[in-house]
Amino acid sequence: MIHRRQFLRFAAAGAGSLLLAPHIVFANVATERRFVFIIQRGAADGLNTVVPYADPAYAGLRGDLAIDPATALKLDGTFALHSSLAELAKMYSAKQALFVQAVASPYRDRSHFDGQNVLETGGVNPYQLKDGWLNRLVSLMPKSRGDAIAFAPTIPLALRGSAEVTSYAPSNLKDADDDLLTRVSTLYDADPQLHALWSEAMQARGLADQQKAGQSPQDVGRTAATFLGRADGPRIAMIETNGWDTHSAQAGRLGNQLRGLDALIGALRDGLGDNWNQTTVFVATEFGRTAAANGTQGTDHGTASAAMVVGGAVKGGRILSDWPGLSAKALYEGRDLAPTLDLDALIATVAAESLHLDPELTMRTLFPDRPFNKALSGLISA
Amino acid sequence: MATPPNADQAIALNRFGLGARADDTAPADPRQWLLSQMDHYEMAPAAFASADTSAKIASQYREDRADLKADAKDDDADAKAAAMKALRQKGQELYRAEVAMRVASALTTPTPFLERLVYFWSNHFAVSADKPQVTILAGAFEREAIRPHVLGRFEDMLMAVERHPAMLFFLDQVRSAGPNSKLADRVERNGNKRKIGINENLAREIMELHTLGVRTGYTQGDVTQFALALSGWSIGGLNVKTEGDETAGFKFRPPLHEPGPKTIIGKTYQQQGEGQARAVLHDLASSNATALHLATKLARHFIADDPPDEAVAALQAAFVSSRGDLPTVYHTLIDLKAAWTPQQVKFKTPWEWTVSALRGLGITTVADMPVAPMLNQLGQPVWRPRSPAGYDDIAASWAAPDALVRRVEVAQRLTRKLDLDPRQLAPRILPDISNMTSTEVGRAESLRTGLALLIVSPDFQRR
Repeated sequence: MIHRRQFLRFAAAGAGSLLLAPHIVFANVATERRFVFIIQRGAADGLNTVVPYADPAYAGLRGDLAIDPATALKLDGTFALHSSLAELAKMYSAKQALFVQAVASPYRDRSHFDGQNVLETGGVNPYQLKDGWLNRLVSLMPKSRGDAIAFAPTIPLALRGSAEVTSYAPSNLKDADDDLLTRVSTLYDADPQLHALWSEAMQARGLADQQKAGQSPQDVGRTAATFLGRADGPRIAMIETNGWDTHSAQAGRLGNQLRGLDALIGALRDGLGDNWNQTTVFVATEFGRTAAANGTQGTDHGTASAAMVVGGAVKGGRILSDWPGLSAKALYEGRDLAPTLDLDALIATVAAESLHLDPELTMRTLFPDRPFNKALSGLISA
Repeated sequence: MATPPNADQAIALNRFGLGARADDTAPADPRQWLLSQMDHYEMAPAAFASADTSAKIASQYREDRADLKADAKDDDADAKAAAMKALRQKGQELYRAEVAMRVASALTTPTPFLERLVYFWSNHFAVSADKPQVTILAGAFEREAIRPHVLGRFEDMLMAVERHPAMLFFLDQVRSAGPNSKLADRVERNGNKRKIGINENLAREIMELHTLGVRTGYTQGDVTQFALALSGWSIGGLNVKTEGDETAGFKFRPPLHEPGPKTIIGKTYQQQGEGQARAVLHDLASSNATALHLATKLARHFIADDPPDEAVAALQAAFVSSRGDLPTVYHTLIDLKAAWTPQQVKFKTPWEWTVSALRGLGITTVADMPVAPMLNQLGQPVWRPRSPAGYDDIAASWAAPDALVRRVEVAQRLTRKLDLDPRQLAPRILPDISNMTSTEVGRAESLRTGLALLIVSPDFQRR
C-alpha cells in the first residue's frame, strides 16, 4: 500500500485522500436556513472540475491532463463533472446542485495571499478591507446567542469582524498537512543535504505510519452537520480546505482533492437530513489555473475558475455560465480562462436568497464597492 | 572578496545572534552591533525575575520531601511510592518553569550575542537534569555559575561551576572522601561496613571536558591525584546526612579531605584543605591545552563544524595573552574573517532553531506554550544532554530525517495562529535570503503555509 505522503513525494497514483485539512467555523444567527461557505485555498482548477469537454480547444490545451469525456460525468452538451464528484453529480441530477463557470473575484493578479484576501474580505484590492464578508453577512442576521467561543486555532479572514462567531476545530495538529510537506519537498530539492534527509524521512514515514486515522473529509462533513443540524445550533459556517495548488502531478492530486470535497458535502447532506432542504453550500476558490497544462503535468496560477452552489433549496440541475471559450483569442492575457461572471455578485445573491435577505442590501454590505447583478436572481427557492 | 552588506547583517543577526526578531531592524554596522552588546549585558534579565536561588530551591525541595515522607507511613510501600512520584512531579514542574524562563529571556533579550554565549558556556559546562537534584538546580546553575562570568575571566567561571551544587551532584563529588581522611578513619574505628572512598568523576571531567581536553597528556594517575585533591569539596544541606546544614551551596568538609600533598601533571601541590584543588583549577585554567580546547569549541560554534586552524590559533592566542579574559577572546572572534563567510555552514541545533523561529515569527511570550516538551520532541531537551560532554555542536548530530519532519510539524503548529505576511517578513529576518526561498515562500498556498515554509527553509535551518 502506498502511503499518501509517498504519493505526494513521488507523485505516484492511488493514495488515500486526507488532503482536505479543513477546519470549521460557525456563527449563531436566528433562522432556520443554513449557509455554508467552503473555501478551496490554493486556486482550484475549475477547468478540470466542471470540464468544458465540448470546447474545441480544451483537449489540446490540457494534453495529458485533459479529462476524458468518456470517464467524466456529463452535465449537459458542453460541460461534464470530474469523475471524483459522484455525490455532486447525483445532487445535480436531483436539481440540488448548480455549477458556475468562468467566475472570478475582482482580483486580477496571481498571488494566493492577495487573492484570498480579496475573496475573503470582499474588497476590490488586497488589504483594503479589514473584516470578512461572511462576518458582515452574520451582522445582517438577527443574533440568536451571545457567547460564542472559538475552538478553532484561528478564525479565517472571511469570518473575522465585529459580529461574534463560534468556532470549532477538531484538533489534528500532530501531522503537518500534505500541502506543506509537498512544498517543503520543492524547497529542499536544490539543497543536497536537506533533499537527501527529507526524501529519506518521507519514505520512512510512509513505511512506518500506514494511513493514520485523521480528520477525513467525511468526518468534517458529519461534524459540521451535527452542529448545523441542532435546533439551537449555528446557522452560518465556513470550512477551509487546503491543497488545491497543483503545479505538478495534478491528475492524481486534484482527483483526491475533489473526492474529499465530494465526500465532505455528501456527509454534510446525509448528516443534515431534512435540514438539507434549508441549506445552501457555496464552494469557491481565490482564482483559477492556466488553461494550458505546464511542463510538470500541472497547471499554474490563472484567473477565472468554477464555483458550486449546492443544497436542498438550490434551484439546481443547471450550469450558470457565459462561457467565453478557450480559443487563444478568448483567453485572458493569452493564458487563463477569462472571467465573465462576478464571483462577488454571485456570493451576495446566493447568500441573500439562502437566508431571505434583501439582495441589494446584502451586496452593499458584503461587497461595498462592487456592482449588484440583478440578472443573477432566482438561484435559491424561497 | 568582501561580503555584501546584507550578508553581514544576516550573519550578525543569525550566526552571532539568536535570529532576527520580527520587529528588528538590521544593524547598520553589524560588527559594532555585536561589540556594543558587551556594554549592555544583563546578568539577571527581567525574564528571570521570578526565579529562585539554588539555596531557596534546595531548601524548598527538602521541605517538600520531609512533608511527603511524613504523610506516607513507613510501612506503606504504595504511599511511599506515591510520595516519591509527587516529589518528582514537583521537580518536573520547576524544570519546565525554568525552561520557559530561559526561552522568555532568549525572546526578549537586547543582547542576543551574549545570550548565545551563555548557552555556549552552559553547554560546555553541561549538567544533565536526570538526577532529581539536578532537575531542580539546572536553571539556577546557569544563572549562578555561568551568567555572571560570561564577560569575566574563564578561571572565575570554572571556579563557580565546579563549586556549584548542581555540578557537584551531577558528577558525584558530594560524598567523595579520601582513603586516609578523618571520615575513613572514624568509620574504620567504629567497625562500620560503610563504603568510604574517592570518586574520580568530577576530576576526570574537569580535565577532559572543562579544561585541558581529552588526550592532552594527563594520565590516570593525574586524575586520581586530582580527585584526592578535590575530596572534601561538597555541599551544605540537600541530601547529605552530615552536620545538618540547611543551606545548599558549596561547603568544604574537612573530614572528607585526603591529607597530604598531591602531584598532578608533574607539579606538586602542598596546599592543605580546600585551597589545594583551587590551586589545581587555577593551573588548569591557565594551561595552553585549555586555551586550545576552548578556542576549538568556540570556532566550531561560530565558524564551522571543522573550523580552520588559523581561526583556532587566533582564538587560542587571544586566550593565552589575555590570561583567559573572555571579552578579549570575543573581540578576536568578531574580527575573524572566517566568522563572516556568507555561506551558512552551521546547521541549527533544535534549541537554536526554536528560539530563532519564535523570534522570527514575532512571538514574545511562551506563557501558553509547552515549550519544554516541544524541545524534547525536537530532540534537544534543555539541560538534559545525558552526558557531561554536553550537546554536540556539529550538523551530523542534528540534521536527521525525522528531526527535519518534526521541525516542519512544529513550524505548522507555531504558525497556525499568525497573521503575518511572509513576503514582508522574509527579508527582515533573513536579510540575505536566497531567491529560491523567497520565491517558494511567496508561492505558498496560504499565509500560514508561507510562514511555516520560511522557518523550515534551508536559509533558516542554518546560520
